[in-house]
Amino acid sequence: MVFRGERMTTLLEMRGISKVFPGVRALDNVNLTVEAGEIHAICGENGAGKSTLMKVLSGVYPHGSYEGEIVYDGATLACRNIRDSEEKGIIIIHQELALVPLLSIAENLFLGNEIAKGGVINWPEAYQKTEALLKKVGLSEPPATKVEKLGVGKQQLIEIAKALAKDVRLLILDEPTAALQENDSQKLLDLMLELQNQGVTQIIISHKLNEISRVADRITIIRDGGTVSTLKASEISEERIIRDMVGRDMAHRYPERVPKIGEVLLEVRDWNVWHPEQKQRQMIKGAAFNVRRGEIVGIAGLMGAGRTELAMSIFGHSYGRDVSGSVTIGGKPADTSTVARAIDAGLAYVTEDRKSLGLILEEPIVRNITLANLFGVSKNGVLNHHREQKVAEDYRRALAIRTPSVFQKAVNLSGGNQQKVVLSKWLFADPQVLILDEPTRGIDVGAKFEIYGIMNDLAAQGRGVVMISSEMPELLGMCDRIYVMNEGRIVGELSKAEASQEKIMALILKGSEVKVEQGMVA
Amino acid sequence: MTAETSGTPAVGGKSLGAHIGGHLRENGMLMALVAIVAFFTVVVRVADNVDFLSAQNITNLFLQNSYVIIMALGMLLVIVAGHIDLSVGSVVGLTGSIAAVLTVKLGWPALAVVPTVLLTGLLFGAAQGYWVAFWRVPSFIVTLSGMLVFRGLTRWILNGQNIGPFPKSFQSLSTGFIPDAFGINQPNITAIVLVALSAALMVWLGWRARARGAEFGIVQEPLGVFWARSLIISAAVIFVGYKLASFRGLPNVLIILAVLTSVFVFFTENMTPGRRIYALGGNEKAAKLSGIKTNWLVFFTFCNMGVLAALAGMIVAARLNSATPGAGTGFELDVIAAVFIGGASMSGGVGKILGAVVGALILGVMNNGMSIMGIGIDYQQVIKGLVLLLAVIFDVYNKSR
Ligand SMILES: Nc1ncnc2c1ncn2[C@@H]1O[C@H](COP(=O)(O)OP(=O)(O)OP(=O)(O)O)[C@@H](O)[C@H]1O
Ligand SMILES: [Mg+2]
Repeated sequence: MVFRGERMTTLLEMRGISKVFPGVRALDNVNLTVEAGEIHAICGENGAGKSTLMKVLSGVYPHGSYEGEIVYDGATLACRNIRDSEEKGIIIIHQELALVPLLSIAENLFLGNEIAKGGVINWPEAYQKTEALLKKVGLSEPPATKVEKLGVGKQQLIEIAKALAKDVRLLILDEPTAALQENDSQKLLDLMLELQNQGVTQIIISHKLNEISRVADRITIIRDGGTVSTLKASEISEERIIRDMVGRDMAHRYPERVPKIGEVLLEVRDWNVWHPEQKQRQMIKGAAFNVRRGEIVGIAGLMGAGRTELAMSIFGHSYGRDVSGSVTIGGKPADTSTVARAIDAGLAYVTEDRKSLGLILEEPIVRNITLANLFGVSKNGVLNHHREQKVAEDYRRALAIRTPSVFQKAVNLSGGNQQKVVLSKWLFADPQVLILDEPTRGIDVGAKFEIYGIMNDLAAQGRGVVMISSEMPELLGMCDRIYVMNEGRIVGELSKAEASQEKIMALILKGSEVKVEQGMVA
Repeated sequence: MTAETSGTPAVGGKSLGAHIGGHLRENGMLMALVAIVAFFTVVVRVADNVDFLSAQNITNLFLQNSYVIIMALGMLLVIVAGHIDLSVGSVVGLTGSIAAVLTVKLGWPALAVVPTVLLTGLLFGAAQGYWVAFWRVPSFIVTLSGMLVFRGLTRWILNGQNIGPFPKSFQSLSTGFIPDAFGINQPNITAIVLVALSAALMVWLGWRARARGAEFGIVQEPLGVFWARSLIISAAVIFVGYKLASFRGLPNVLIILAVLTSVFVFFTENMTPGRRIYALGGNEKAAKLSGIKTNWLVFFTFCNMGVLAALAGMIVAARLNSATPGAGTGFELDVIAAVFIGGASMSGGVGKILGAVVGALILGVMNNGMSIMGIGIDYQQVIKGLVLLLAVIFDVYNKSR
């Protein structure tokens, strides 16, 4: 390929790939070329078909269940299963973590790939290799540590170590940083660049455009199941990526809004929560905050700061034990001690963990949407199926949920569309105050904009919105006020005018220092 | 994005093939039942020169299997909620013996015995459901001990002996027939009228649901499928009704079955608590976070199971015309098998009332047919076991496609 003026050779070529699910054409004649040694990014809206394409490549959908041709390393690739593709050095890290929480790091790393002779595992060697692999990904945990003890960031690194244990040539990362904190993401991206130096070709799917610009050499954009363009990362702007993804220009990342803020709607005082198992451990320490009518309030903080614990303990005491404190909604004391009472009092909580806490995956979209407000579609306990379906159709249209029908099972939706279903459920419950926990995690730019728009609408209707997010730009762009949490405490409050990334970080750090000083005194 | 919502090309109006494919599971078991009935009709005629679909045999089929069907209704809810109840066979024995003591020893009238025994069944169910629902003790263990405890209590109450016979009024629970209001009796006009009415009602309800769906602009199943199904089902119902009418009329048990089945179909498909049980079985945490009182629902499914097991217990006792220490032994297995053959999932959240009823009928028809053919109990069990396995394999295969 001298005439191209580059020393690159093509490692992978996917030609004319089409994949049909019952009722959905997920991929329609997609082409993808990946050069050896590059980091290739794939961008596209939720449901565009990115994960599906990677599942075709890695044999999750076996040869014959899709149309088109895959040429890998100069030969046709026809995988019957994941094992076939792994033998060729193609390793995929799926959108959802696939580690066994109760097994140790070492056990997870070699799961299905055990270092064994005649079925007998050689533990000393496994542990030794584990240590070496962990070092490669920049971890120093003992190999016997149970995976459940690690944070999401570290778990993601373990996934990569697991791939490295298998002689990887082409590493596929499907939204690896979606659940990660800023600094964990940075670590992961550094590791990707490091692996590139060692000659590992990589494909990354991500909705975070800044990360893509940082690591990717080339970008392929997929829209509605087809390839739109493949571009050199150095030559294009984020605006161009967004335009190709969404199919139109987007002038603003955040919809315009003129806040009309009224009286205090939700007031939480002196909120204390203890850890559900470790009795001595206080998770939330005297938290107090409020939300006014028409206001969007953010809660910033690092992973483990206690934001989710705060929200869930308020919402029906769903987290922790010995929950104490007072909640008033609209000036009246509110009983939120069970989820049903919290809903009656006008609260709603959109969980960050949609798969295990937000959805009934095996049930259709329509049943998920009405679940929290069956009264709204029934009379004297008798359901009105037609009304129910109408409600679901309305939300499908309003939130642009991509699905052939509202009777599709939730499990078959792409990640972003699942999020919209969870959101629909709580919108239909018609709350006074809506608490959103990482509402845009794993969601494409276009859909984010829509969700922001919905939040603005809710506020404009005089409701209160609480937004928990790890993405500071989003908090700064959306919120009228931001509380900062650290280690179970609310350590500061910033108005829109004074808030900035630096101030938030400074508050978090100061919170930690206070803690250290107190610790020294004690 | 707003302009592009229909981006993923959806398949338009459903084709006939796609529709049947999509409902393979529901229609599949029904077709299996029809096939099995056809099989026995032919084989029994050729080999033994017996009419499998004779009025008497159809009557027997319902009398013999009513208790499995009744308990399958309750078991379906328990299994959909993600649990299991192994104690139902023992509850059948215990409630039967309590009924016997009250009726035979104490001379209570049937009208007082029936509600009392149903109430004790409720208590047995509640006693187990309490631990499962509020203490989170695994239902397998709670009901396994329930199975032992209730069986032991049965033996203790009966003191190892049979109690019987029952007075006519109590027996009629199982062996009674609806008398002919028109006084003709051969054929029983009341039976024919009732059956024809219920067939018409079924078609009308189906049609109304269709019409209302169309009003809301909802895509319907093809009209042909609707009429074909309605025709087949009402033809089968009327055929069975006619046969029964020409024998002794509609058995009381059949009325109980029909009413209970309708109630449970309505409950699971059209009522909020029914819907919530499915949600709870599908993902308990998510259901809880949606404001559903999951433990009360679990408790309810066990109470309900207890009541139905007590009803079955009385029917069994009335049929045998005595309470025996071993009554109901092993029934739990038939009931659970019926629910799984009917398409319920071991992990909860999936399953239909009509599926469970069809599952129970498949087992019942096989029992009956194989007995007529004189197949030994040894082979019968092997065959039933394989049918259960096959049905579930069919399910798993269907899912993985
Ligand atoms: N098993 C399945 N059955 C039916 N439809 C499916 C299935 N898996 C995916 N789809 C559909 O295929 C389309 C593409 O899904 P895919 O998961 O590839 O999207 P994605 O680009 O990865 O989106 P996201 O960014 O939200 O993860 C979606 O419309 C989805 O609903
Ligand atoms: Mg995806």
